[in-house]
Amino acid sequence: MSALVIDGLTVVFGAFRALDGLSLAVDPGEVRAVIGPNGAGKTTLLDAITGITRPKSGHIHLGDGLDLTKRSEAEIARAGVRRKFQKPSVFPALTVRENLGLGCGPGCPAATRSARLAAALSETGLEGRADVPAGALAHGEKQWLEIGMVLASEPRVILLDEPVAGLSDAETARTAEIIGTLRRPDRAILVIEHDMAFVEAVTDRVTVLHEGRTLFEGGMAQARADARVIEVFLGR
Amino acid sequence: MSGAVDLSPRIPAARRIGAGFGGDPLLAGLVGLVLASALGLVLLQPAPYLVNMIGQLAAFAILAVSLDLVWGYLGILSLGHGLFFAIGGYVCAMHLLAHAYAVTGRAPDLMQFMGWKSLPAYWAGLTNAPYALALALGLAVAVAFAFGLASFRSRVNGVYFSIISQALVYVAMLLMFRNDTGLGGNNGMTGFDVLFGWPMSTPGIATGLAVATLVALAGVLAGARALVASPLGRRMLACRDDEARLRTLGYGTTRLKLGIWCLSAAIAALAGILYVPQVGIINPRVLSPDLSIEIAVWVAIGGMGRLSGAVIGAVAVNALKFWLSAALPEAWPFILSGLVLAVVLGLPNGLLDLATLRLRPTWLRRGGARP
Repeated sequence: MSALVIDGLTVVFGAFRALDGLSLAVDPGEVRAVIGPNGAGKTTLLDAITGITRPKSGHIHLGDGLDLTKRSEAEIARAGVRRKFQKPSVFPALTVRENLGLGCGPGCPAATRSARLAAALSETGLEGRADVPAGALAHGEKQWLEIGMVLASEPRVILLDEPVAGLSDAETARTAEIIGTLRRPDRAILVIEHDMAFVEAVTDRVTVLHEGRTLFEGGMAQARADARVIEVFLGR
Repeated sequence: MSGAVDLSPRIPAARRIGAGFGGDPLLAGLVGLVLASALGLVLLQPAPYLVNMIGQLAAFAILAVSLDLVWGYLGILSLGHGLFFAIGGYVCAMHLLAHAYAVTGRAPDLMQFMGWKSLPAYWAGLTNAPYALALALGLAVAVAFAFGLASFRSRVNGVYFSIISQALVYVAMLLMFRNDTGLGGNNGMTGFDVLFGWPMSTPGIATGLAVATLVALAGVLAGARALVASPLGRRMLACRDDEARLRTLGYGTTRLKLGIWCLSAAIAALAGILYVPQVGIINPRVLSPDLSIEIAVWVAIGGMGRLSGAVIGAVAVNALKFWLSAALPEAWPFILSGLVLAVVLGLPNGLLDLATLRLRPTWLRRGGARP
């Protein structure tokens, strides 16, 4: 059974159809990349899954059948869907530790919270920066902190929106490593990214979006060879 | 929110959170000073006008703290906080008049003016002080709840919220200008002759009121400090800096904002309750948009997002106003405006910036690293 099922999803902004009957299923344990040219609807897809944008029609179901299109952002997050935003979204006035604490989510018992905090600190390599205000972190560190905040809630669906945008090669390699450790048999990961080498390194399958629809779905090697994908995206 | 003016406060991350007052020695010192002033008033018996002025300044400080809680810590700029202050003040005035009427038997001016034989029905029970207190706080919270629920549920934020809050206080002012409200109309209410059975005009009462207000200020500061240093306080800062992000971490922000908003309204009402017996009058001018904007000015000048900043701003601006509006009444608006410009340009985090000696103006620092 799939961990995340998107079925006939249509999102409309005025006369513009950002997503046009998009269907997509991600299995538990899978890392799926969604790629496509600018305006293909990648970020809109994540906005719809996290409840920020309401679709005109279609459904988004979690593995247990919960329909996310009927839920608020907070309810979706509490159901185990967490997102890393494109621009690092950490709380600058709070320390790394406090940010991770918020990442655990509301109603997390103190013992669980401290265990997850320690785990998130070591997985992101931010142990030495635990009491630094997040506003003082370097760009790469903020990206890792945000991944740590996602991790701290033990989510079953992780959405990563351009996790390596603006990072150096070394930071990109480190991020790929961190994402490798996120993979678990009971967890689905959806990555949006422009960096094709990075996509190839971290994902199992790619979905190529074009004008709000699926153009291609399969392995990265086949995607590179697909005439339509080359036409709209890779060839440019 | 692109295109909208960003009114969210920019507060350096330097302000750290500790247990009790441990992380904020300035605030601990201020609370000590407030309590010492209360003791000083009792022991030294200064001139009555000075006692009265200190009491009024303390009431304004409480009002400023109430706004700082929602603006500095939660990012909600209310330009209508005078509404909650006025609710406290009006209900307190009603109690004082009803009480004086019961004790002296002399009908309040507003009854004589309107030719009424008795006070309107909604004045019933207001001779009872605990009921009046509960009514003042309850009414402020109820109005805040209704307005907050409608706004926060519909995700009215930023300047839009500020403008609506300003409109609300203006509407309330127009309503209170009407004589048939039974609340004194244009003239307001005055003639508070009796407090808890004692004649109001004795120096002991003035001292008692000022001391009560100072103690209330210390209590409000201690409570507010405990709130902002708690996990809830961290959630408030997170909501201020990025509300959408906080929601996607599983926190419902409407309840958080509504709760703190109502608490803030209750604190503002408390300030109004303590203020009115000390000035001896209330009229619709406390509902004028100017006063509500001025509260935000006190907080901005002192340093928002820090409780000590709200207190320092309220006391400094109002002490200056007490002095200058008597000495140079025509110049006061210009001096206040000049002060606002000077703070905005030179001390973006208010007078508290003086403590860290960041005296270079923002336009010189722009481009440099900002924590």
